[in-house]
Amino acid sequence: MIEPQLGRIVASWYRGAFGVANSKMLSGGASQETWSFDIMHHNGLAGAILRRAPTGYGAAPTRAAGLAAEASLMQLAFEAGIPSPRVLHVLTPDDDLGVGFIMQRVEGETIARKILRDAKFAKARPKLTRQLGEALAGIHQLPQAKLPELRRMTAAKEIDEFERDYRSLNWPKPVFDLALRWLRDHDPGPSAEITLVHGDFRNGNLVIGADGLCAVLDWELAHLGDPMEDLGWLCVNSWRFGEIDKPVGGFGSREELFAGYEAAGRKVDAARVKFWEVMGTLRWGIMCCGMMQRFRAGPDHSMERAMIGRRASETEIDLLRLLAPRGS
Amino acid sequence: MQDEPSPIELTKAVADFLRSDIAPLITGHQAFKLRVAINALDLVVRQLTLEEGSDAKEVERLRALLGMDGGVMELNRALAMRIAKGEVDLATPGLAEHLWQTTMDKLAVDQPNYAAYKRELSRQG
Repeated sequence: MIEPQLGRIVASWYRGAFGVANSKMLSGGASQETWSFDIMHHNGLAGAILRRAPTGYGAAPTRAAGLAAEASLMQLAFEAGIPSPRVLHVLTPDDDLGVGFIMQRVEGETIARKILRDAKFAKARPKLTRQLGEALAGIHQLPQAKLPELRRMTAAKEIDEFERDYRSLNWPKPVFDLALRWLRDHDPGPSAEITLVHGDFRNGNLVIGADGLCAVLDWELAHLGDPMEDLGWLCVNSWRFGEIDKPVGGFGSREELFAGYEAAGRKVDAARVKFWEVMGTLRWGIMCCGMMQRFRAGPDHSMERAMIGRRASETEIDLLRLLAPRGS
Repeated sequence: MQDEPSPIELTKAVADFLRSDIAPLITGHQAFKLRVAINALDLVVRQLTLEEGSDAKEVERLRALLGMDGGVMELNRALAMRIAKGEVDLATPGLAEHLWQTTMDKLAVDQPNYAAYKRELSRQG
């Protein structure tokens, strides 16, 4: 159990803390774990989240920014006033908990179906799209001199990665070939402006409360690149959860998103956003296939992963709706 | 020749048992996993029911489109390669229709409740 270890170190970074309680693992793989726990202090309890790679699993997969970078990005976002958890502590070797960090637990909802349908979020929904535009504008304006080391991506590099991942499946999907071909033919070239890109800004990674956006999570895929990528990814149909006529997460329009973004001092290139929406749709399709591969290879031989493999076809119909729409 | 009941009937019976008798007894994460399991069995039933017919039509379309013979996998490999090389594209007569029909047939097995699929299905009337 992780609780005694956390209890030993909590006083060194949380003023007045004398222990921890209620620890439970929220998600865990071989290389990365997320834990929720409460910090006990003289005024009561404070919710916290631990994200860590256990000792011996320090190496991040190639696409991940790494836990140290995630912590510093989250802290930078918090300081810039972007809805974000405060980072409470970055693990040190003396902590003997592996590599990672501890952050404030922000109360709210991340499950899209609830955010889209529950009465509790009725007041939040009309505001949310604009707030997301503002938050993305804030992220893209974070001072680059302060950013941790991040990989720099272009569409061309990413298309090459898609192609390699798709070929490695050795299972023909002509719609994916069509999309790859379309992306190569329509790549607008490297962006004139390179900014921080969150990389996974979508339903599921956004904590929503009664008044809208409470926190942006999961900086695992952060990189430097075309800022329009984040706007396009947010509009991918896979994150609309059935509300297919509301391109932004199933609750908003592109116009509202762009208005929020531009009001916060940034410019939108709608054609690039559309390009990145196609990129994102194929990306999710290939990620679904990757789940299937991991299911086959083990050690995570789970039925859930296997079934996600059968969701790749959802992105095939989405790609056809984007690239070869049928008359209405 | 194998005897009855058929794989479709057996799988459907198991899915129905889990749905009606077991699901009400279970809560929490295990209930979520049980739903995934039932979804998987339902998918298998749909595939066993539909695959033979849709594959036969797919092969027929691919033969016409590619001007060659072969099994469904071989023909799909050939089509994928020709699209990748740019030898056929959306301007090629029949390609868009073929990809649409094939994709609709996949969704009918994988995710018949996917909203974009239902929208396109209503278009076909």
